[in-house]
Amino acid sequence: MAEVLVLVELNPADGTVRKGTLEALTAARALGEVSAVVAGGPGVAAGVREQLAEYGAAKVYVAESPEIDEYLVAPKAEVLAQLVQQASPAAVVIPSSPEGREVAGRLALKTGSGFLTDVTEIAADGTATQVVFAGAQIVHSKVTTGIPIYTLRGNSVTPEAAPAAGEEVPVQVSLSEQAKQTRVVDKVVEQKSNRPELTEASIVVSGGRGVASAENFSIIEGLADSLGAAVGASRAAVDSGFYPHSFQVGQTGKTVSPQLYIAVGISGAIQHRAGMQTSKTIVAVNKDPEAPIFELADFGVVGDLFQVVPAATEQIAARK
Amino acid sequence: MNIVVLVKQVPDSGTQRSLDPSDNTVARATADNVINEIDEYAIEEALQVRDREGGEVTILTVGPSSATDAIRKALSMGADKAVHVQDDAIHGSCAIQTSAVLAAALQQMEYDLVLMGATSTDGQVAVMPALLSERLGIPQLSGAQKLTVEGSTVKVERQTDGGFWALEAPLPAIVSTWDTINEPRYPSFKGIMAAKKKPVESKSLADLGIDPSTVGLATATSAVVDFTGRPPKGEGVKVTDEGNGAQELVGFLAAQKLV
Repeated sequence: MAEVLVLVELNPADGTVRKGTLEALTAARALGEVSAVVAGGPGVAAGVREQLAEYGAAKVYVAESPEIDEYLVAPKAEVLAQLVQQASPAAVVIPSSPEGREVAGRLALKTGSGFLTDVTEIAADGTATQVVFAGAQIVHSKVTTGIPIYTLRGNSVTPEAAPAAGEEVPVQVSLSEQAKQTRVVDKVVEQKSNRPELTEASIVVSGGRGVASAENFSIIEGLADSLGAAVGASRAAVDSGFYPHSFQVGQTGKTVSPQLYIAVGISGAIQHRAGMQTSKTIVAVNKDPEAPIFELADFGVVGDLFQVVPAATEQIAARK
Repeated sequence: MNIVVLVKQVPDSGTQRSLDPSDNTVARATADNVINEIDEYAIEEALQVRDREGGEVTILTVGPSSATDAIRKALSMGADKAVHVQDDAIHGSCAIQTSAVLAAALQQMEYDLVLMGATSTDGQVAVMPALLSERLGIPQLSGAQKLTVEGSTVKVERQTDGGFWALEAPLPAIVSTWDTINEPRYPSFKGIMAAKKKPVESKSLADLGIDPSTVGLATATSAVVDFTGRPPKGEGVKVTDEGNGAQELVGFLAAQKLV
């Protein structure tokens, strides 16, 4: 059976496997036997090999070197390119983070291949599905040159366990000078949060202009916490300084696709819809009955968010 | 400090966008085309760096003749000149092919810094800094919320989830910017008038030494097989809050087994 390489993405905070990696392992199985590739600092693979095996990795390639984390993107692309040379896989699947896309692009050039970003599904014949133009169109695409490289959009696939051997295969790392140009001097965490990461969360609660102030975002956070959800914000809310940009959902921010998306005080401009339109269930609370967000909503409440949201938060908490 | 800013013309994201059913490429001819919004932040950043360090800002665009509008907008903001690569053979190129065209154009230019928006609102592929870094062998510092130049070193804060990474690299380098980095200026009347006289150099694939058969739809590294409009969502339920809105909302979530 053909081998398929999956680049493992870990949580920067605790080194655990990100959900997007489990999704990639699951999606990659359609194309062949999965090998996970762990590339990072010394010791990074020890704690994750077992889980990668549980999710279908027959092999776990381990490339460890302090230099991999010291430089941006390029080292991981070199490691993968080396493995593609060795293993001649049928395809490479990478979680669709900013780094994942950039690794995919570099790998494509190094291996003379084509790549497709942000795919939501990969069929056994290699055809990938992409949702484009703010969710307006569904596109089926194929890589026509070299070894197909895909980046998989988060929350598109449900991770499923499929235990495999997880045989550890050490990889010799020797990076070129060219891979060591952009130094990562510091990794700064500004907002520490126990909430799930926005693109991984199965529930997202977002606030918009209607929330009216940074302080009022505590109402959004309260509802999010009662649901174990991530917090998002519309561009209007971010531009008004209510919430940081890294939580922005939309065309110039994150694209999310959770099971449940709750839009609070968000009118539903195209800018925002582009980032959340593929959510499975959409709930909206807005005082304007004509707000375009209601066109998308499976359930809408026309009303004052300052009344509705705290009351809903209380009732959800009471159900537990 | 000479800076090249890559500018892309895209279909207006506020309008209905589509693929062209005749060849499955982005329908540009029928679209309302505008400058990729995030590129304006890259232009603004370039102007600010130029005004501190001296030098020139050159706009580089690959696109059909209509892309002139995007170039004029960039020039009216204050960029000094532009290079417009246009050639019918480029139509339908994938990101890999486009990066080959951009890299060839850049190799004919003088630059210390190459700037661009972190993503485009049409393709949203967001890999051009990585592709150009790979092709040109110069460092990539992508996703910047802050950019500083100190001597021959460029420093960037790369936006991440809940924070940033501090990046550092020697010049020349490639930087992409998010819309958090600055507030782009509006072109002044004077700027708009001046833009009409600024030089725009047109280049073909032959000028860049690129064999036309290596770019364009026929030899793209990926292909669209088919596309369909996304089925419209079924009619949702809308209630007006008269004191029981929260209860109905939670009731809906419970019925969907979401709480």
